[in-house]
Amino acid sequence: MKSEESEDKQYVGFATLPNQVHRKSVKKGFDFTLMVAGESGLGKSTLVNSLFLTDLYKDRKLLNAEERINQTVEITKHTVDIEEKGVKLKLTIVDTPGFGDAVNNNECWKPITDYIDQQFEQYFRDESGLNRKNILDNRVHCCLYFIPPFGHGLRPVDVEFMKALHEKVNIVPLISKADCLTPNEVKKLKDRVRDEIEHFGIKVYQFPECDSDEEEEFKQMDKELKECTPFAVIGSNTVVEARGQRVRGRLYPWGIVEVENQSHCDFVKLRNMLIRSHMHDLKDVTCDVHYENYRAHCIQEMTSKLAQDNRTDSPLPILPLPTPDVETERLIKMKDEEVQNNHH
Amino acid sequence: FLKKKKTPCVGRDLFGYVGIEAVLDQMRRKTMKAGFEFNIMVVGQSGLGKSTLVNTLFKSKVSRKSCTPNYEEKISKTVHLQSVSHIIEEKGVKMKLTVIDTPGFGDQINNENCWEPIVKYVNEQYEKYLKEELNVNRKRRIPDTRVHCCVYFLPATGHWLRPIDVEFMRRLGKIVSIVPVIAKADTLTLEERLEFKQRIRQDLQANGIRVYPQKEYDEDAEDRILNDKIRENIPFAVVGTDKEHQVNGNKVLGRKTKWGIIEVENVAHCEFALLRDLLIRSHLQDLKDVTHNIHYETYRVKRLNESNANGLALSPLTLENGTLEKSDAESHL
Repeated sequence: MKSEESEDKQYVGFATLPNQVHRKSVKKGFDFTLMVAGESGLGKSTLVNSLFLTDLYKDRKLLNAEERINQTVEITKHTVDIEEKGVKLKLTIVDTPGFGDAVNNNECWKPITDYIDQQFEQYFRDESGLNRKNILDNRVHCCLYFIPPFGHGLRPVDVEFMKALHEKVNIVPLISKADCLTPNEVKKLKDRVRDEIEHFGIKVYQFPECDSDEEEEFKQMDKELKECTPFAVIGSNTVVEARGQRVRGRLYPWGIVEVENQSHCDFVKLRNMLIRSHMHDLKDVTCDVHYENYRAHCIQEMTSKLAQDNRTDSPLPILPLPTPDVETERLIKMKDEEVQNNHH
Repeated sequence: FLKKKKTPCVGRDLFGYVGIEAVLDQMRRKTMKAGFEFNIMVVGQSGLGKSTLVNTLFKSKVSRKSCTPNYEEKISKTVHLQSVSHIIEEKGVKMKLTVIDTPGFGDQINNENCWEPIVKYVNEQYEKYLKEELNVNRKRRIPDTRVHCCVYFLPATGHWLRPIDVEFMRRLGKIVSIVPVIAKADTLTLEERLEFKQRIRQDLQANGIRVYPQKEYDEDAEDRILNDKIRENIPFAVVGTDKEHQVNGNKVLGRKTKWGIIEVENVAHCEFALLRDLLIRSHLQDLKDVTHNIHYETYRVKRLNESNANGLALSPLTLENGTLEKSDAESHL
């Protein structure tokens, strides 16, 4: 009894913070921007619909070969609000139609890297601006890259794409349409892709290390997850009847593929990783690593440009705003002088 | 095997039996002794199952991959052609089968003009044959390296033809018989397969691409009915393998997955058997005939006209007004 009382006296109460954060988050909701990239016909739209149980591509019209001959790589965005048990998620899917589809695909990733940089730049401006109440975070938190199951490993376009993007976004490579591979073939391909990723020095998204004080079960799951990459996925827009249940799957003359059956494919692992366990980490890495890299690089460029323009080194970078707001410029200059005066 | 038929005597009918039928037998025996040649080219991106399919078709390890010791699966940086020949025998019939592979096709980031080495190869074989044919002292049997059939592998995307597919087939369709197939088709459900095929056929028509069997070469109504059925079904959706599994007490060629066994020779599963029947069991000779009578002749006429325009005497034939008197095409085996 006595120990309990003394414990009560010691208890400050901030242990409730996680709950408070939780409640605030539920009220505020989350946002997440997911990019999907890969050639046409690898099941990207189907997978996205399967992951988030949506029907985002309902009215899509497939381009025929004639229309595609002159197609360039586009960036399209679909936003959907998903609510589950009171928690709101604003999900933005960034699609890259046309990637890798042409005969000449030189630098076909440029529109994509440009897009990612633009979102960083937008955020940088907003973050450095004066009114930061409603900053929209459009930065890409994760890029699912679809590797065809038809090849023997990574193709030149896969290597070049991932190398162009691995320092700008979290890349999660996937083996798509895995239902055309036998279990042996899946293993061989995964081994091959992992080796080639290492060989080419591609930095794909790494799952963070488990805390040493985590439960054994969690550690085991985490280990299995890591050894399973790249995930071999299958998606489906249809519900079929298998083993007496209605499941998302694909009906073939030789059997039924169940998307959520872990012995059939890694869809569940991907979904768990992406949504249930690592969504927040993906956002953190985007903010703390990719964005910071961009920001540092940007500032460096700007300060070196300033030095070239023969202006004194300013500790506060002066943003070259597109439409210089006179009032803002004046305020910035004031701040600038203030800081300089404080130095002396 | 000579059968004595009783023909009713009416008017000027033959009395008795002449035995013309026997000539068929003689031909059969001669061709069996001489053997057949068949040259098949496979074109498509790396990993679409070309080697496996060819091995499955001919039930032997005839692909380049199977014959090269220490074969390493690497994407080649340029398109080059490699051919491998085998003599396979079945029921006393010998066939010299040559498989021409095209590694590097469509595998690069920039695939512009990747079809050119292939066009060049096909024309080179025609040229070789033409030169032999024009020789004063000709070999009794001109070695035939001409491409009788080009199997073009389409990835099973389920959408449409890709620009590279259109570019390739448009060009090659004019000089060789193309048989397009949907490769690794076990990723398409039956519904998706039908839709995909329909779109491909639309695309082919819209781009003026003629694939085998070409409508204009149907010889008679019987051919046309048979070939129409094939044309309604192409491209065949195929799956290949060299592994066998037990299904219902039988050993079948198939691919074993966690959700079932895909039986390669079961027409309810995929169309491999239809492709095999087309290429080997029913239309092999026709493929050779079309190559010889149509594609080769087209090339020959073009070349001879060219050479005459340049004043080069390529042909000992007389020329009238810049056109050639066409000699009867010998029927080659």
